[in-house]
Amino acid sequence: MPSAVKHVLLILVPLIAVFAILPGLYQNHLLLFNFVTFLILAQGVNIIYGFTGYLPFGYVGFFGAGAYGFAVLVMHYQSPAIVAVLAAGLVAVLLGLLLTPLLRLSGAYFAIANLAASLAVLHLVANPALESITKGPYGVSLTGTFNPTYAYYAALVVLAVTVGGVVFLKNSSFGLALQAVREDAVSASMSGVNVVRMRIAAWLASALVAGLAGGIYAWYVSVFYPDNVFSGDFSIFAIVFALFGGVATISGPIIGVLILYGVYNLIGFTTPQYFQLIYGLLIMGLVLFLPAGLVSLAMRRGWNVP
Amino acid sequence: MLTYALVAGVLFGLYFSLVGMGLNLVFGVMRIVNLAHGDVLMLGAFVALGVVTLAGIDPLFAVPLAFVLFLLVGTLLYWVLVPRLQGSTNPEMLSIILFFGLSQVVEAITTIFAGTSERSIQSRLLGTVFSTIQVQLLGGKPGASGPIRILGQGFPAPWVIAAATSLVAIGLVYLYLYRTRLGTLTRAVMSRRDEALASGIDVDRVSAAAFGIGLGLAAVAGVFAPFMFGSITPAFGADATVTSFAIVVLGSLGNPLGTALGGVVYGVCYMMVQTYLSSWADLLPYVLLILILLLRPSGLLGRRVRVA
Repeated sequence: MPSAVKHVLLILVPLIAVFAILPGLYQNHLLLFNFVTFLILAQGVNIIYGFTGYLPFGYVGFFGAGAYGFAVLVMHYQSPAIVAVLAAGLVAVLLGLLLTPLLRLSGAYFAIANLAASLAVLHLVANPALESITKGPYGVSLTGTFNPTYAYYAALVVLAVTVGGVVFLKNSSFGLALQAVREDAVSASMSGVNVVRMRIAAWLASALVAGLAGGIYAWYVSVFYPDNVFSGDFSIFAIVFALFGGVATISGPIIGVLILYGVYNLIGFTTPQYFQLIYGLLIMGLVLFLPAGLVSLAMRRGWNVP
Repeated sequence: MLTYALVAGVLFGLYFSLVGMGLNLVFGVMRIVNLAHGDVLMLGAFVALGVVTLAGIDPLFAVPLAFVLFLLVGTLLYWVLVPRLQGSTNPEMLSIILFFGLSQVVEAITTIFAGTSERSIQSRLLGTVFSTIQVQLLGGKPGASGPIRILGQGFPAPWVIAAATSLVAIGLVYLYLYRTRLGTLTRAVMSRRDEALASGIDVDRVSAAAFGIGLGLAAVAGVFAPFMFGSITPAFGADATVTSFAIVVLGSLGNPLGTALGGVVYGVCYMMVQTYLSSWADLLPYVLLILILLLRPSGLLGRRVRVA
């Protein structure tokens, strides 16, 4: 059995099946939806950071752009939700295209520039001068399309596509080429890898899934403010979840989201600052003692973790 | 209005260069992105607040206190965090995440002890030491020191004091880097870490000193933050970090004069946009940062290439 089929059967299908069944068993649907959203975002971060080494510190920019793409289409063109979600993905891809010059930067410069870009988009959207288009800082209300059930299943579809994309990266020469570029761009281009095209493809793919996730998020919550959908927490959480599990693997980000976001919901809501403290210490311990993520524990024993 | 914006921009700019200076030193020497930089600024502001509320003296006395305190904290923190980080595969990237974690810890602890309310210090308290000395030596009566007049325009006294302190600090950093032995070693590590190591420089000691000084400078900048930005909350750190980055990148790495220039350019741009296009002022640091990174990645005074 080819490993791609094995990965789909062992990881993708059970994951989607579990999240498709859970709403019938568990009442807190918003929590389940948030889990799915973070699974998508963590895998999106995995695509760009795990496979190309660019740390998208302003990843939420795509998410927020997607959410506002959805909102603008619904508000001004009364388009159906599905069309608006697709448009949200398109908006994020366009933003990604606009930001492709950032890929010229390396290391921390890229991360900081990306962070600045996401904040720039936030301040653009939240600018009172653009109130007629985005409603500025006053937030949007999209009660017309409100349908959490459909939105949840749409999110599951996006999750399936995203995880499928990561399975493809893990098992194809394309993914191998990306990792070669990450390790040593010069050597990779010597071996005939088109470095620029590879990076842009991964960048846009990762922007697309974040945009789709943002659009569906807007569909699900239907009332939100710029500060909600551009909250830096989305970038940070997605990055930390992905890193905690282990990037450049299929299962790592999934494990990271399930464990860390689970812990977050157990202790997070009552006293946010204590949670923030624990979270900060957890992040620091992670970087200092387990920089390759949880799956590296298993890999050290010689187990092959997909 | 134009003169006002220009002079205010220069005053703010000098202060902004002090804000960015510590970050420049840390990144230049260690290639570490100190995302907790803004939180150190915030802690510096709380030192000033403590000096005012507990001792009831001029917050200027918080400047040496904050510097020494954070020099020690920084050196200690260096030995706890950095050698282990440098041993990992991708220290530059992981440092972003590590120091993000640190900034979360700092913010959370400050919130637990100080709450989330906005704190401010009465601006006339800053500089009372000068008016007291003036009264002692020259006589005259103590009065509220009003706005200071420059080029026929009145500016709040704290702005001028903060700018003057920044100038002194920049001068001292310059002396440290170019006139002391440790400073020469620091510049050696900045330009090439591995060669410095190979020629027998104790890189860890030099880096620890730079880290301590970097945090100390940030704390000194923080002392003035309540006056420059009006008030201070534990969550102030994150924005301050991005602004500092814009300034550092605008100048150039490893060059204190570059940061001074970057700060002034930033300050003048900021005041201009505030004056003429105020609803777009929030966008400025980010757009400026991206443009500079893309168009002139080595900064205004830089020569070093750092494009992938």
